[in-house]
Formats: sequence, C-alpha cells, structure tokens
Amino acid sequence: MQTESITREHDIWEYTPDMDIIETSVLDQVLESKQAYNPDDYTDADIKSVLNKTILSPNDLGALLSPAATPYLETLAQRALQETKKHFGNTRYLFTPLYIANHCDNSCIYCGFNKENDIITRAKLDLDAVERELISISKSGLQEILMLTGESPEYSPIEYIGEAVKLAKKHFNIVGLEIYPANVADYTYLRDCGADFVTVFQETYNPEIYERFHIGGKKRIFPYRFAAQERALKGGMRGVAFASLLGLDHHRKDAYATALHAYLLQRKYPHAEISFSVPRIRPIKGSLDGDFYEVSERDLLQIICAFRIFMPFAGITISSRENKIFRDNVLKIAATKVSAGVDTGIGAHSGESVGDEQFEIDDNRSVSQMKDYLKSAGLEPVMSDYIDAR
Amino acid sequence: MNSNDKLTIGGTEFTSRFILGSGKYSHELISAAIERGGAEMITVALRRANTSGDDNILNHIPKGITLLPNTSGARDAKEAIRIARLARELGCGDFIKIEVIRDSKYLLPDNNETIKATEALAKEGFKVMAYMYPDLNVARDLVSAGASSVMPLAAPIGTNMGLATKEFIRILIDEIDVPIIVDAGIGRPSEACQVMEMGADAVMANTAVATAGDIPLMADAFRQAIIAGRQAYLAGLGRVITDKAAASSPLTGFLGE
Repeated sequence: MQTESITREHDIWEYTPDMDIIETSVLDQVLESKQAYNPDDYTDADIKSVLNKTILSPNDLGALLSPAATPYLETLAQRALQETKKHFGNTRYLFTPLYIANHCDNSCIYCGFNKENDIITRAKLDLDAVERELISISKSGLQEILMLTGESPEYSPIEYIGEAVKLAKKHFNIVGLEIYPANVADYTYLRDCGADFVTVFQETYNPEIYERFHIGGKKRIFPYRFAAQERALKGGMRGVAFASLLGLDHHRKDAYATALHAYLLQRKYPHAEISFSVPRIRPIKGSLDGDFYEVSERDLLQIICAFRIFMPFAGITISSRENKIFRDNVLKIAATKVSAGVDTGIGAHSGESVGDEQFEIDDNRSVSQMKDYLKSAGLEPVMSDYIDAR
Repeated sequence: MNSNDKLTIGGTEFTSRFILGSGKYSHELISAAIERGGAEMITVALRRANTSGDDNILNHIPKGITLLPNTSGARDAKEAIRIARLARELGCGDFIKIEVIRDSKYLLPDNNETIKATEALAKEGFKVMAYMYPDLNVARDLVSAGASSVMPLAAPIGTNMGLATKEFIRILIDEIDVPIIVDAGIGRPSEACQVMEMGADAVMANTAVATAGDIPLMADAFRQAIIAGRQAYLAGLGRVITDKAAASSPLTGFLGE
C-alpha cells in the first residue's frame, strides 16, 4: 500500500483505491444492532431469564452488559467460571508481544504512537535485530509470540512483516500479528510465511467518535478496519481477535458491538478461532487530552464475564496494562491467555530499547513468575496447543 | 470383576474400560488420575505433545499406559491424516483417535471427513478410533473403512451435559460389532455407569474429571461406576419394567390353556 495523506477532511467511509472491498453484511448488522442497543432497557427479570439459558442470543448479551446485571456480578463470575472450565479446563495460555517497529502514519488522539507525537523515539528493527529479540524471548520457554508494528505500511511493509514472521516461526510454534489492516492477498502471504492469528482493535464501533479520535492516516477509514478480521479469515488465517479500546465510547455499547462482531463472523466462518482483548484507556507518553468514559475494574470484569458467557469457547486475553491483582483474579474466572515477560519498547528484549513503548504496563512479571502464579492457583500454564497440519 | 472380561481394540486387550483424557488439568496430576482411575489408555492431544520439556504432556504419562493420541485441531481429513502420521513419528504408537472439527462453537465432529480419514489411516495400519456424532449409517461406514472402534458423543465436548444422545448410542450398541466407546459430554460417574449398563464397551472422560475439585478422587469414582455398570450389563438386568400385567381381563385369555 502506498502512503497517502489522509487528513481529517477525509470521509471515514471512503476507501482508498488500493483497499480491498469485500461483500459483507456484517458491518451493517453490527452498526444497526449497536444503534438499537440501549443498556438501560433491561430489567432485573431480564437478567434472571438470561441466567437460566444455556445458549445466549445477542439480546441476552446486551442484558449481561447492562446496568441491570451489575448486582449479579458475582453470579456472572460464577457462571463464567463454569463456562471457562467446560471449554478450557484449568489450562491457561502464555505469550508475549514483540514490538518490532513503532513508526505510524496515523493520528489517533489517544495513542503514544500517534504520528504527531514527536516526544517518542521512533525505531524499526532490522531482521537481524528481530531474530535477536526472538531468540532472547524464546529462552523463556514461550512458544507463542505476538508480533506488533506501528501502523505504517511505508516503514513496515508487508514483505518486512512477512520476513519477520518467517523468523518468528523458526523459534515459536504460534505466531500472532497485530499490524495495520491489510488486504486478503496480504493475509494469505502472511499466513504462508507462518502467521496464525490476526488481531485488530476496532477501537470504537461508534463511527462519529471514531471520526473524532482518528484524525489522520488510513486508520481513519472505518469500514476497511472493520472488515480486517473477515479479510484475514478469507486470506486463510486460523483465528482472529477483536477488541475495542474501552472508554472511547460508552463501554457497554462498544463491548456489545465487539462481541456481536465476533459472533457474526463466527457464524459465517464456523471454523474460525475467536478471541477477545479487553483494553481500557491507559496513560501514555505525550498523549493529547480527550474526553474518555471511565471504565472501572468492576465494569471491566462484567464485560469479561459477559463475553465468556455469551461465547464460552472464545479466548480472552488479559493485557499487562492491567494490574497484577486484577489479572490474577480474572485468570481464575474467565481469561484464558495472558502475556508475561512484556516489554513494549523496541529492541528491549535483547538489549537496550531503541524506540519508545506504546503504553505503560502495570504487570511486569516474567514468564517463570507467571507460570509459578498459575500453578499456585491450580491452573496449568500452556505454551502451545497447536500443531501445524496444513 | 471377571478377569476374562477383556476389552479388545484393534487386537490389543484391556482390562480397564475407562479411557482418561489428559488435556485440561495439571500435568502433575496425570499419574495420580491414571492410577486412581485404573485407566490403561489415555488420550493425548498431539498439539499438546509437540513442544519441548515440561510443557510436553508426553513427559508426564507413566510407562506401560497405552497412548491414544488424538487429532484435535484438524479441520478436515487431510489435516487429521497429517497429525496421525506425526503422532506415529513421535513414537505415540498405532492407536489414533480421529477428531475432525470445523466448528469452533459446538465442536461437533465432522462425520464425513472422519470417514475419509479413517479409511486412509486404517490402510496405513493405524488402529483407528473414530470420534463421531452417533449416526448409524456413519458408524457402519466407519467400520467398513476399517475403524477399530467408534466413539459416539454423549453430548457436545466439555459440556458435562450427560447422555443427550442416549437412544442413538443404544442403536449403535445394538448394531455395530466393533467396540462402542462413549466419549464426550459425560458429566458424572452415574452417567458413565448408565451407558455401561446399556452395553457400551468403554467410557472416555476428560472434562468431568479435569474440572472436579479432587481430580484423582473423581477418577476413582469413574472407575468404580464403570465397573458397576459393566457388571450390571454382564449380570443381565433384572426385572425393571413395571408390572402392569395384572389386568382383570387378560388380553390373551382367549387362547385357553
């Protein structure tokens, strides 16, 4: 993709000529349903009725995310735990993110990688440095890695990412990607290089708020980002992950849309492995002020439990942005994947960081510390449960 | 227990009729669960057995236990076949449990692809144990394709919902000549006992044991339940139908003496 200058004058619905447009009704379904979702519509009786069901509809999800469900948080947690046990037993997966570049073409008001942010040091690892990082991380015993770049096709072209994925596959069994949204053919190429999963954060499913926060760069084009998971699945990726950055729009509404997005794609692509992340807005270096919704730990736990009960088979990743106590407890209830040994700076695993981090982390436990914790909680740390049979 | 009452799968004899899963609980508890459950065969997801060191589940299974590697993760016959071959290369033996699943929500097996994989792998000398949705025609096709046993699900994997497909399993027990091993969905020992009483040849359980408060103790409970059910089956159930034959005007009275 060539870089173009997309500014706040650009219509967020207008694709650029190099972008794939796929036939899909999922976007309309999600936006219509989100529009109709009013968290305050639900009553105590609705919550009780949902808790008696074994298979939940999107409307039931709406109930679980509503204020009416908040007095039932303990009940939700108990139910979530049962669902987690059924589908995952006591196993919990470990991984670490590896940031290989932090150049970004986008201007997102809340993000440290924002191209307007000139306080942070930009860097991109060359392939030798990428491999040094990979080797250093693999010594921890991890088998799964999530490769991340800032969103700059110019600095981090698909071919660069593909080569980095090939290196990652030499040292890791499972390779996830969190990069800028790409076209179907790009995803196929990256899969062939060894990538298994694609994560794209939609940030918010509210187009008006999206437009306000994403003032420049290709990320501004809302529907192209929205369809990234579907393009990734069409391109042959094994699984896709979903998230909104909770706090940009009202968290109940964005959580509802996030899960609905995943639900509809899973119905369309039944084999797809689905997972969720649940990031909240955190302080960042050089960030601009914005109006954010406050998302408490209580709110976040309600969302996590609702996701677990609505889609019991989906993975839920708990970020190191959250603190140790919260992560430890959520891992007991509903989260199935956890990062450990995290350093979001560029090049930090094998030497001095040469580029700044995207956000501050709150839980800096090493892999072995995290394994020890899981075992002490009666959980079984799993490094990989994937065998490449393609 | 009658020591002559053996379960024979693919030419190998087993005394125990309890096949234990291994995938959802701590590696450290596997030995104890096997021992208390009296299991002689344990399933292992190959995708959990291809890593190194402590994380490799194979390193936690005691010697002398027959491994039943499964092809979980396979989405079609081709992938199942590749995983089976890899299992053999890794030294897991000739038994293979075919699991082909291309639905991440309910994890229901794809019967058609399972037949294809069974046919190919039986030809390669594998002792194929086919996890399936209980359909009589499919079970017959699996036997024709060379399956050593068929493993009908009692309910969707992991749900502990119990014998949701009981009447269909009953038909398989009646019609199919290879061992019928009831797999998936069994949530409690009483349900294992019930299918054994019906004449199932063995029971496989994973989640029900893995999510119990005391894993080895639950394995022991399953062991006893399975033995009880088997013995009841061998003994021949006594009169359990309600006696309604005492009508004052018997329908068959016209036949005379």
